Amino acid sequence: MGEFKVHRVRFFDYMPTAIRAMAFNAHTERLALARMDGSVEIFNFTDHYFQEKVIPGKDSRSIESLCWVGGRLFSAGLNGEIAEYDLENLRPKYSLEAYGGPIWTIISNTQGTQLAIGCEDGTVKLFEVLEEHIQFERNLDRQKGRIISLSWHPSGTHIAAGMMDMIRVFDVPTGHAVQRLLVDRGFGGSKSRETVVWSVAFLSDHTVVSGDSAGKVQVWDGHTGTLVKTHLVTKWDVLALSVSKDESSVVAGTSEGTVIQFQFIAPTLHQQQGKEWVRTRTFKNHTHDVRALAEIETAIVSGGMDTHLVVRPLLEKFDEKSHASGLRKIHFPHRNLVSCAKKVGLLLFQFPGQLELWRLGDSDGHGKPGDRLPLERMPEKLLLLKRKGEDHICCSALSSCGGWLAYSTVSCVRIYRLQTDNNNISITKVSKLPKALHSAHQLCFSSDSSKMFAASSQSSVLVIALTQSECKYVHTLKPKSGSRQPIHLMTTSVDGKWLAAANSDCEIHVYNLQKLKLHCIVPVYGSCPSAMGIHPTTNNLTVVHADQQLFEYSIVEKQYTDWSRKLQKQGLHNVWLDRDTPVTHVTFNSKNPNQVVLHDMHMFCIIDQSLPLPDQKTQFYNQMTLRSLSEQERPSHLHAFKICKTFQDLLCVSLLDDQSLVVVERPLLAITSQLPAPVRQKKFAT
Amino acid sequence: MVEHAEIRMVHRGGSKINFREPVITNDSRFLLCAAGESVNVYSTSTEEYVHDLQGHTDLVTGVVLNPSNHLQVYSCSADGTVRLWDFTDAILIKTFIIGYPIYSIYVSEKHGGVVFLVVPMADYKSSELFQLVAVHLPHSGDQEVEARELSAVLCDVSPHAGAASFGREGEYIASVKGLQLEVFFFKKQKSYRFSLKSGMKKGAKNAFTCVSCHPKEDCIATGHEDGKIRMWRNFNQKKEYTYSTLHWHHGAVNTLCFTPEGTNLLSGGIESVLVHWHYTQENQKDFLPRLGAAITHIAVSPDGSLFSTSHSDNKITIIQSCVKVSAVIQGLVKGDGVWTNLIIDPRSKALVLNGKPGHLQFYSLHRDKQLYNLEIVQQEYIHEEGLDQFEVVNAAFDARGNWLATVEERRKKGAELEITLKLWAYDELTQSFVLNTTVTAPHEDQITAMFFSPSPETTMLVTTSLDGHFKAWLLADHSDANEGFWACDFVGGYHLLKPGCCSFSADGSLLSVGFQEVVTVWSPASWELLTTLSQPPGAIRDLCFGRLSCSKYLLGASTKNQLCCWNLLTCSLEWSTPMDVSLLQADPLSENMAAFCSQSGSSDLFVFKPSEPRPLYSQKALCTGKVQHAVFAPRDQMLESCEERTQWLNRSQLYFFTQHMDLLTFSTKTEEDRLLASSKQLMVDDSVAVTPFYLLLGKHRGQQLEKQEALTNPMAERTQLPQGSIAIKELLHTPAHVLPSASFLCAMFVRSLLISSSSAREEKEHEEGEREKEEEDSEGEADPRLGESAAWGPPEEFGAPALTKAQERELRKVKTFDHSWLSSLLDC
Repeated sequence: MGEFKVHRVRFFDYMPTAIRAMAFNAHTERLALARMDGSVEIFNFTDHYFQEKVIPGKDSRSIESLCWVGGRLFSAGLNGEIAEYDLENLRPKYSLEAYGGPIWTIISNTQGTQLAIGCEDGTVKLFEVLEEHIQFERNLDRQKGRIISLSWHPSGTHIAAGMMDMIRVFDVPTGHAVQRLLVDRGFGGSKSRETVVWSVAFLSDHTVVSGDSAGKVQVWDGHTGTLVKTHLVTKWDVLALSVSKDESSVVAGTSEGTVIQFQFIAPTLHQQQGKEWVRTRTFKNHTHDVRALAEIETAIVSGGMDTHLVVRPLLEKFDEKSHASGLRKIHFPHRNLVSCAKKVGLLLFQFPGQLELWRLGDSDGHGKPGDRLPLERMPEKLLLLKRKGEDHICCSALSSCGGWLAYSTVSCVRIYRLQTDNNNISITKVSKLPKALHSAHQLCFSSDSSKMFAASSQSSVLVIALTQSECKYVHTLKPKSGSRQPIHLMTTSVDGKWLAAANSDCEIHVYNLQKLKLHCIVPVYGSCPSAMGIHPTTNNLTVVHADQQLFEYSIVEKQYTDWSRKLQKQGLHNVWLDRDTPVTHVTFNSKNPNQVVLHDMHMFCIIDQSLPLPDQKTQFYNQMTLRSLSEQERPSHLHAFKICKTFQDLLCVSLLDDQSLVVVERPLLAITSQLPAPVRQKKFAT
Repeated sequence: MVEHAEIRMVHRGGSKINFREPVITNDSRFLLCAAGESVNVYSTSTEEYVHDLQGHTDLVTGVVLNPSNHLQVYSCSADGTVRLWDFTDAILIKTFIIGYPIYSIYVSEKHGGVVFLVVPMADYKSSELFQLVAVHLPHSGDQEVEARELSAVLCDVSPHAGAASFGREGEYIASVKGLQLEVFFFKKQKSYRFSLKSGMKKGAKNAFTCVSCHPKEDCIATGHEDGKIRMWRNFNQKKEYTYSTLHWHHGAVNTLCFTPEGTNLLSGGIESVLVHWHYTQENQKDFLPRLGAAITHIAVSPDGSLFSTSHSDNKITIIQSCVKVSAVIQGLVKGDGVWTNLIIDPRSKALVLNGKPGHLQFYSLHRDKQLYNLEIVQQEYIHEEGLDQFEVVNAAFDARGNWLATVEERRKKGAELEITLKLWAYDELTQSFVLNTTVTAPHEDQITAMFFSPSPETTMLVTTSLDGHFKAWLLADHSDANEGFWACDFVGGYHLLKPGCCSFSADGSLLSVGFQEVVTVWSPASWELLTTLSQPPGAIRDLCFGRLSCSKYLLGASTKNQLCCWNLLTCSLEWSTPMDVSLLQADPLSENMAAFCSQSGSSDLFVFKPSEPRPLYSQKALCTGKVQHAVFAPRDQMLESCEERTQWLNRSQLYFFTQHMDLLTFSTKTEEDRLLASSKQLMVDDSVAVTPFYLLLGKHRGQQLEKQEALTNPMAERTQLPQGSIAIKELLHTPAHVLPSASFLCAMFVRSLLISSSSAREEKEHEEGEREKEEEDSEGEADPRLGESAAWGPPEEFGAPALTKAQERELRKVKTFDHSWLSSLLDC
């Protein structure tokens, strides 16, 4: 594997924000996820739950609820606005004031023609969904008290609305409330407190299921307005409900972090009559409030205050144990938040609101493998750069010489010139930017720092020439395919000749920077690329996809390399394919051209292309075994994938030019410890 | 062995009644439970033992009501038979011979004539694999039927009761073993298996412990090691099955039971709390706490009004309407072990030993009933495994039963030993023992032996301890106080050796203490060391003075296979024999001594007199394992056996505990005969529970009934009616003119009404026989004649006062037979 000096970086205080709302689009199998800071993330469930797109948040925006209408995504929040998102340019398309005070919820009917929102002032407002816009249609009967939750009957004729202490059922054509279902308050001290109906679900047989702040999940008959069954599931709140597509199961998320499943089961086998809602399984994958829930075909997706997304597969829907039937937790974004200046040892950390520039520590000590070296110079925070404006930072870049720094929000791009001499650092903003550069999805510097590349709309790349004091627009590289999807990955070759850009359509375009034109398109693979890099000497492009497949493509020869073909022929090891986090970064060892360094959240791996590939029978994680073997036996056990799991919860692994490894860790425990205290729960024997 | 045939080892009392789930009869009046080799029938209202169903020759392993006749039960046993009983009359109806040891029995209403048994796998005789088989019970009139047609239903099942259960309407049977639940559907002949992960990593123990099926809905409740209860639904699918989890128990769920209507689920475990789950509102539950010991089985009466819980301390609690404990049937408590010796309370003649944790139990051997528990430790007992708790390790009574001494100790790992000596005085008023003196830390180390002096003048207690001392305790008299208290009178030792045992001579004038290899003899009056006796090698394990005529002998058993007998008059060794004596016990009422020797894994018994070289009785291979505890219990009534072999059992009976905590005793043939006779005597109308009060009243009422019967039964009173007799025929058929005078006729007529003497009767037999047949045919018409026959009664009684009516009837029947035979001859 080789020995490296490792900078174990734990000073990146990355803190994801809590998950607030979730909407699953069964048609496209995309999950939209809203966080507390107003950002929206799109996960592709057909492509190994890959985080395809991220729409950065905004200070003034708060999202309470998300809703898909066809392929369009709407959100509503406590700022009283409804927003539609432009998923191609990763920004809100427009937002509309609803004039009903804060909005608690937004839903659409099954036909996708209407939107309904529940407002603080007690109105349910209907909006018509037009081609490019939405338009206010009418109000349903105004109620006293806020509308917390809404659910549209699948036929579209009725809406159930959860309010304070009650549930209303509205007749949509007339707009009148036809049923008033009173929800009991909690016991004891909470008797004086109003019960908040946090979530309702209207089933096609006119059953209304409600979850409330008294900890009850109640089943009502929507025709008669009578209570059918009460399940007291928690001492705290039931915050979210989700119904499966066939309406045979309902899941409820509680403040205790549990997700409780209810199933519609006949009391006797082989009979279909007299089915009842029976509480069955309890899943506990969260420590805090479960604020958002979705029951999809094969899994229960939940998220909440503890910031991670959990995909809990329903094992009965799988025929055999496979990769898809494993529990999956998504903690970190599937993209890089760290840029590394390899030549000078600087790290740039990207937060939604600021950038941090750190200089790595230094040590000249020598020691045995596994030793902690004494630090000669402590790591040092050189710079804290706060963004301007309301919009959150969506991408950032640091040039490898450490002389340039750039970041972008949805509204502007800023480029800074950094000068470090000895211990002084000076930063100057490049004032005059070309007009074409107004926002970027991805930023990247060429290795000699003479050019900057900015991914713009419709998969185009702007080439900006950087000189000492100014920057100049050079060219726009456009793909031939005419894809409208945003670019989420960009990389340049060391010799400055090639630029590779991958977009959400899974296309990878390779541009010739000398001729400033498209060189080739890498054959499109079905899964989205999650990381890629161009080899410094051979100019081979290494691509890792979300489904863990690995390709090496020779840019010069415009074909896959022999090694890649051999790898595909033999197939990757099952252990490799079963990993549940995508590879997010690829670098190369300049000293040993055979070595490729890549990492995901739980491990980093050095692929030595000179060694034989492992077949299915060989032990994949063999570093411990190798260490126990003698020198003579070792070579026969070696294989190309050398995996190190010493470091956990990795955000970035990079190889500096001085052959030292930078490992940026963000322990999950540290994230958990920063969360607010969970609700009090009685634990046995305490 | 032939010559010992008249002496038999028997289980008498103290059998486990919590071994298997009990059965409550349909009318909720009786509770049936497997108890050793018989099935005991108890009254649920008075908790009294009614009778037992005897016949099995090995452990009874299951009792179930016959689903087609609620007055019958099936019982199965390790002897390989299933027996059908009429439990109200304790009659064995049928015996089905299966041929394999049976471990559990299950029946279902929908499977008439079939019982489901758990038997060992046929081809895995040695290994621990069991299968569930269905046995069609053949219809046949014979008492004993072979039923050897077994059809396997499930392979590899658990032999424990409660590990299988029939589902709704017998459509399926659910069985659990290890981490697997298996449901077998009879209609489709298909089984579904559901496995759980062991869950050890996450600290869960998912292994199944018990199962119960909802009687009305398709829901299976399973209990687990870690205290969870899972409710399985949709289990007719391989994948889409689902379960919910209930969790209250902190230890394993020992047993589960649905009420007959399925509205409630009952569960129990080590917490000794009966948890009552509402079936549809699972988060609502009721508790019945403080049931005394871990619950091992729960049974519900068929109408759901009574619950019964079996407990680990050999107790069955009957609970009325979910909330009230109405009766407690307590067997001999067999806790984790017996640390005290077996002792006989001189007052009540009860067997005294460890009972519930921290208690001494007083168990009447004659009535097979626990009399009461005496709480010794007086500390809260915490129901949790792995805790070090105080235990009573030693107890002793003085000769008259006025004083009880107990020693309790607690040894924590790595901590100091805590010992307390308590002395209890018998209080005549409350009829129980009252704490008199508590001595904390009476010795530095464990107390090895403790005895009261048998002399009537002084009440003295001697304790020996591993700290190298023995102490004598005396009741200090205080004139001003009502009661004295106990104080240490003397501390003795011998060369810093550790005393292991001590013994008083029968009159209390000598005390011998065994200090490892050395036996010291002291005079308790002056505390003078009289002499030392030594017979190395081997430390002395047990010391015993001879009684009565042998009181000059002192016996000692050493660890190195030596049994020595010293003559105290000569202070020399009388005899010694190489024997590995594990227990030496003297009969307080005779010279006899019993020595239990352990040899090659089993125990032998020798009963001998110290003065005689030949043993009175010996029995090889008594039982497997070492006998640790034995006692001679005095008999209520002396036996008058003159046979040499059984003579030693005349005055007292020897009880002993085997390794597996079975209480065994020896009984002679004459004794068994007597018992059998007395049980027949006690046979009474079983519809009423047998209480002492009933026996008193019932006898009286029985006599009345009998009298009434005598008055009303026409058959019994059938006399020859006047018109039938020859005299009357003569009187009526003879022409009037040839008749003698009326005075003569009158005398003859009256005589004809009297019961004729036997010689006269024989002539009339033929007619009588015919008549009786007629009368039997027209029994219904006999009623109008009742008064008449009653009126005719007295003369008959007068005529044959020696014969009872039943005998007379018998006699008459014999006569009719005889005559018909005779008459047929005549006709020829």
